Amino acid sequence: MSMTLLYVQTLNGLQLGVLLFLIAAGLTLVFGVMDFINLAHGVQYMIGAYLAAMFTALTGNFFYGLALALPSALAFGLLLEFLIFRHLYDRDHLDQVLATFGIILFLNQAVKVIWGAAPLSVPIPEALSGSIRLMDGLLYPVYRLAIIGSGLAIAVLLGILVSRTRIGMLVRAGASNAPMVSALGVDIGKLFMVVFGFGAMLAGFAGAMVAPILSVEPGMGDNLLILTFVVIVIGGIGSVRGAFIAAILVGLVDTLGRVFGPQVLRALMDPSAASQAGRALAPMLTYILMAAILFFRPGGLFPAKK
Amino acid sequence: MTMPPENGPGFLKREAVPVLLFALLALVPFVAALGAESYLLSLVTRVMIFAIAALSLDLILGYGALVSFGHAAFLGLGGYAVGILSAHGQTDALVQLPVALAVSALFALITGALSLRTKGVYFIMITLAFGQMAFFLAVSLAAYGGDDGMTLPGRSKLFGMDLIKNDRAFYYAVLLALLGAYGLCRSIVVSRFGRVIRGARENPQRMAAIGFPLFRYQLVGYVIAGTLCGLAGFLLANQAEFVSPAYMTWQRSGELIVMVVLGGLGTLHGAIIGAAAFLLLEEWLSGFTEHWKMIFGPFLVLVVLFARGGLMGAIRRIGGGGGHG
Repeated sequence: MSMTLLYVQTLNGLQLGVLLFLIAAGLTLVFGVMDFINLAHGVQYMIGAYLAAMFTALTGNFFYGLALALPSALAFGLLLEFLIFRHLYDRDHLDQVLATFGIILFLNQAVKVIWGAAPLSVPIPEALSGSIRLMDGLLYPVYRLAIIGSGLAIAVLLGILVSRTRIGMLVRAGASNAPMVSALGVDIGKLFMVVFGFGAMLAGFAGAMVAPILSVEPGMGDNLLILTFVVIVIGGIGSVRGAFIAAILVGLVDTLGRVFGPQVLRALMDPSAASQAGRALAPMLTYILMAAILFFRPGGLFPAKK
Repeated sequence: MTMPPENGPGFLKREAVPVLLFALLALVPFVAALGAESYLLSLVTRVMIFAIAALSLDLILGYGALVSFGHAAFLGLGGYAVGILSAHGQTDALVQLPVALAVSALFALITGALSLRTKGVYFIMITLAFGQMAFFLAVSLAAYGGDDGMTLPGRSKLFGMDLIKNDRAFYYAVLLALLGAYGLCRSIVVSRFGRVIRGARENPQRMAAIGFPLFRYQLVGYVIAGTLCGLAGFLLANQAEFVSPAYMTWQRSGELIVMVVLGGLGTLHGAIIGAAAFLLLEEWLSGFTEHWKMIFGPFLVLVVLFARGGLMGAIRRIGGGGGHG
């Protein structure tokens, strides 16, 4: 029984980790290449979820909805880049924090105006509904496996893209020394735009994928954004590989900590105190992890800048 | 950077804006007595409380260039000190206030010692993380309301007497606290200590080379700012007679930064003006529409893009005079 629970929770943790990676990948590149702190990345995730919900309702099919939501999320990201973000790249971090905070306020409210304050729900697509029996007594929803699978596939593709292609090379070079890349004749403005649009689309994809299992509501990206920041800081800013490892780590620690933290504490102290302390400690676990890692490695696990 | 002498003939000119500001604040209760008294008093009291919080943030953000994104945690710590002590029957401010300040100072000491080892973006992120830790701690306090927060039995007492129960009395108490906080910050800024902090903002390598242990200076600055914000939390809990984890969401930390920058970084009275502008704008806009954030968000973006130096910068540009360093 306890082993089954462990497997299920490990899969749940993996799912959260994959999700965090999809959001973190874009954020860490935007951060690393452009030295741009984008608080509004979480709303890209929210926009992705809303677009998927809208297009799914319009077409009556989740996959059509997803196919339409991705280019829309990309277009929306590029629009924001064109209107606002490109004017902020050479500002200091404080200005960037403020302006993107303003964008969060605006967009969180805007989705409320457009789609209403009540959460939207998206049905799980027929083909991916139901559960699959992984082993004796272990049933796991197919859709969640699909999220894990697609997330891992994107991670592999992204890894190849970053380490094997020309654009990936430029991105890596940009992350370690952007002025030098620019001096060598690369149109850094265009590179920024590509990276930004791609990151926005990945975050939108994450939002679209979770639309059927979470409620789609205003502000849904806000708390996930903070976890994503934890991920990229642990992984080392600008490193896609670091973001992947850190995302899985944070996903597992957060999920398993919430379930097993109180149980472990129960062995050490009396049950009521343990459940009280466990409830307090579990959500703090990821932040403690981050503080500890930064204490020993102030640049994260895989810093892109030497 | 040169500072004008503290009590030269330029004193009145330099301090004209803050003097005017405090004079206006002192007059508010008389205006309020003409109508809508409790509404106006509670609104301006709230403004002054957030002004103390913004002031404390300006000390490290404006003068030290330390972008702390977890400053709201101290509001919560100060507030919960009041809430938890009241829940155990301890309602005297003589106990509550020192506890609120001590808890805030301790939290600032620990988190500051860890955070200040990092720089730049990492500092922003790690202070954010500590703010979130405090937030989740408050959420998990089931005995004290958890998510929903807790209602206080009433305002704090002083020597067992209900001295600040009356709204007008409380207003003046908060005004006094704000004046004290402003005076404290102003004297810190012009002191040798303040100059070292500002030097670290301008050129940390050079300051270190001259021989100042910057880490210690910044840590002390961080602890002072946190403690002062704890005072704001103590007052806020008393004003609302309610505490909840909503005091320390990361959005609230963001709002504090907005207040400081809106008023103008590193001017102190700018923080007061910024807090007033933010809260009054919120109040005013939400009178028009519940979607006031759709107006406020773009306003913020425009301020960043076009109005460098915030509102104080604009005032200075119009006045054409020199300001504070």
